[in-house]
Amino acid sequence: MDAILLQILNGLDKGSAYALIALGLTLIFGTLGVVNFAHGALFMLGAFCAVSLQKLLQLSTVTLSETEKNFLGQPLEIKTPYVVNWFGEATGQAIIDWSVPLAIIIAIPIMIAIGFIMERGLIKHFYKRPHADQILVTFGLAIVIQELVKHYYGANPIPTPAPDAFKGSLDFGVMLGFDPNVIIYPYWRLVYFMFAAVIIAGVFAFLQFTTFGMVVRAGMTDRETVGLLGINIDKRFTIMFGIAAAVAGLAGVMYGPINSPNYHMGMDFLVLSFVVVVVGGMGSLPGAVLAGFMLGILESFASMNEIKSIFPGIDQIIIYLVAIIILLVRPRGLMGRKGVMED
Amino acid sequence: MLGIEKRDLSLLVIVAILAFCAPFILNPFPTGSAMAQFNAGYPDLMQRFVIFGILAIGFNILFGLTGYLSFGHAAFLGLGSYSAVWMFKLLGYNVLPGIVLSVVVAGLFALLIGYISLRRSGIYFSILTLAFAQMTFAIAYSDLFGKMLGFSLTNGETGLQVYTSDPQYFHSDSAPNIPHLFGQEMQSTFTWDVAGWSFDFNFGYYMCALIMLVMFYLSIRIFRSPFGLMLMAIKTNQTRLNYTGLNSRPYTLAAFVISGMYAGLAGGLLASMDPLAGAERMQWTASGEVVLMTILGGAGTLIGPILGAGFIKYFENIFSKINEKVLHSWFDFLPESLEYGVVWVLEHFVGSGWHLTLGLLFMLIVIFLPGGLVEGGQKLAALFHRKKTEDTPADGAKTPAE
Repeated sequence: MDAILLQILNGLDKGSAYALIALGLTLIFGTLGVVNFAHGALFMLGAFCAVSLQKLLQLSTVTLSETEKNFLGQPLEIKTPYVVNWFGEATGQAIIDWSVPLAIIIAIPIMIAIGFIMERGLIKHFYKRPHADQILVTFGLAIVIQELVKHYYGANPIPTPAPDAFKGSLDFGVMLGFDPNVIIYPYWRLVYFMFAAVIIAGVFAFLQFTTFGMVVRAGMTDRETVGLLGINIDKRFTIMFGIAAAVAGLAGVMYGPINSPNYHMGMDFLVLSFVVVVVGGMGSLPGAVLAGFMLGILESFASMNEIKSIFPGIDQIIIYLVAIIILLVRPRGLMGRKGVMED
Repeated sequence: MLGIEKRDLSLLVIVAILAFCAPFILNPFPTGSAMAQFNAGYPDLMQRFVIFGILAIGFNILFGLTGYLSFGHAAFLGLGSYSAVWMFKLLGYNVLPGIVLSVVVAGLFALLIGYISLRRSGIYFSILTLAFAQMTFAIAYSDLFGKMLGFSLTNGETGLQVYTSDPQYFHSDSAPNIPHLFGQEMQSTFTWDVAGWSFDFNFGYYMCALIMLVMFYLSIRIFRSPFGLMLMAIKTNQTRLNYTGLNSRPYTLAAFVISGMYAGLAGGLLASMDPLAGAERMQWTASGEVVLMTILGGAGTLIGPILGAGFIKYFENIFSKINEKVLHSWFDFLPESLEYGVVWVLEHFVGSGWHLTLGLLFMLIVIFLPGGLVEGGQKLAALFHRKKTEDTPADGAKTPAE
């Protein structure tokens, strides 16, 4: 029982990332009808927003110490970050410590801007082209973004630690009456899961309860009629693209402390996220979220030692295996509707 | 002749001449000259030209004719390589059984994967093939079945290779200890030095080139057959085809299996040239490269994939060789600040930045030239042609005025 609970918890954080990326993919697909292979790159760019902010905050002035000497006998160099100079020791160090959550603030405008530029500059011209062309051009874009990041940040993962307040783990089992140290869960993963839940709830609420969201939903069902009613649906869809990019970016920002960002993390997540979207049902938002968490938890179960001893390496292929089975049994995915992508 | 039209025959002859004269064509600069770095006539690179040509020709039969975009063709390439190396391990270094088995294995897997993936079309098909390819990659990389069966099937991340302890049942002592075809070593190269130039004639390359020509001929026959017409009809309008009461799935499945067998053959040849098979050959970036080759040359055209494969492999080789130093030596005629600026911009695209160039190329081709190099060539030709025809009436208009 405790083992099962532990695996469910372990699956939640990866599942959250899948769900957020798949949600953005589905939003773009449902509104614009475009298959965006560059969505993983957006996730990666979000993570690198956090990396950049961390680097920026650590820019320092170098002063020479008057008393201390280094092992060569020369005066020791002391680096003082600018923020420490500006805000004082305590506040400055706290800002550096909290660089990952702070990156959310800069990531939102950056990602929305990138989303706008992508949609207006490139994807707009591909609405009427075949899906194969859309896949290929966004795939090329993903390679370009990835290689640029690799060029400027290097190929190695860059650690982005969580704030000190969230280091350590929560002993979850004790709360439920299990023995201590059986079910422990790192605080940051808990934060990530809750953050993802808030964003998912936010997106759904936005679509469900605002006029803007209502128009977008109407446009998803019948774009032409909404256009005939005199609503500039293209503009709203562009905004939705920006929001989808921001969702992917935020998923990336907060994922940094769980796995150090590297330039190919986007591609790694993208392939799985597409599988998630297909399993959930193309064009279905609840399906994408459900499938994201489901596959994340499934992957975590497959990486249990008990299962790995019977099928070594099963954790690598379980998602694809499940996807193939689901597509054979339910060709439209878990919650796919009739008429979406049937041609 | 050969049961094909005159135009296709001339295409075949051109490709044949290009393939057989490749050692000359690819080595236009004397060795030791400054331009020698643009030579591409080494056996290793020439072999890759034709092998990836075979892969792209096969991919074109699926993508170019039916429009089904498979993102998992690298899986068949890898499967072909693994089967060929297993034949080397079990039977000996003669490449023939290895190549035959690689085609058969890739064909069988293509039948299985195609049967499942082709139940869906469009983007679903692309993702299903991608999922299968990633699964095959993960299985090969973690050696899943090997661990379950208790021996090393793919040898995990090290890659499968031939060891001296392997049985090699048909290995005779007179046969060479490297891949060979009935005693003729793949590596054997005849170098012809003439007046500063040096041309390499490699046995392995000529074997691959010959196979490539046969495969090209086969693809011409497929393109011009009723079967090929049916595939083109599927690309044009599958719904209408289905309304006429025709089941299109056997045709697409056949195309998928054929193109999978082409990929398996290419994988087998890769392993024959260098008896090593690694899982990274199956990664989805490798699948993307095949797609790019076909698109770059021109999907759906006969010659396009070969052009695309040659183009990409050539520039991959050249671009990877250029580094900052070379760039500085090229631009040192510029004023210093300008020189540094130009080099700073260009160094993004060369050396390890080759993938960036590849990605940009991918985008530019898809955006501006969806028909690839072949379409570009046709457009250019049409441009010159139009100029000529415009000139003639202008002259004609002048004459009566006199």
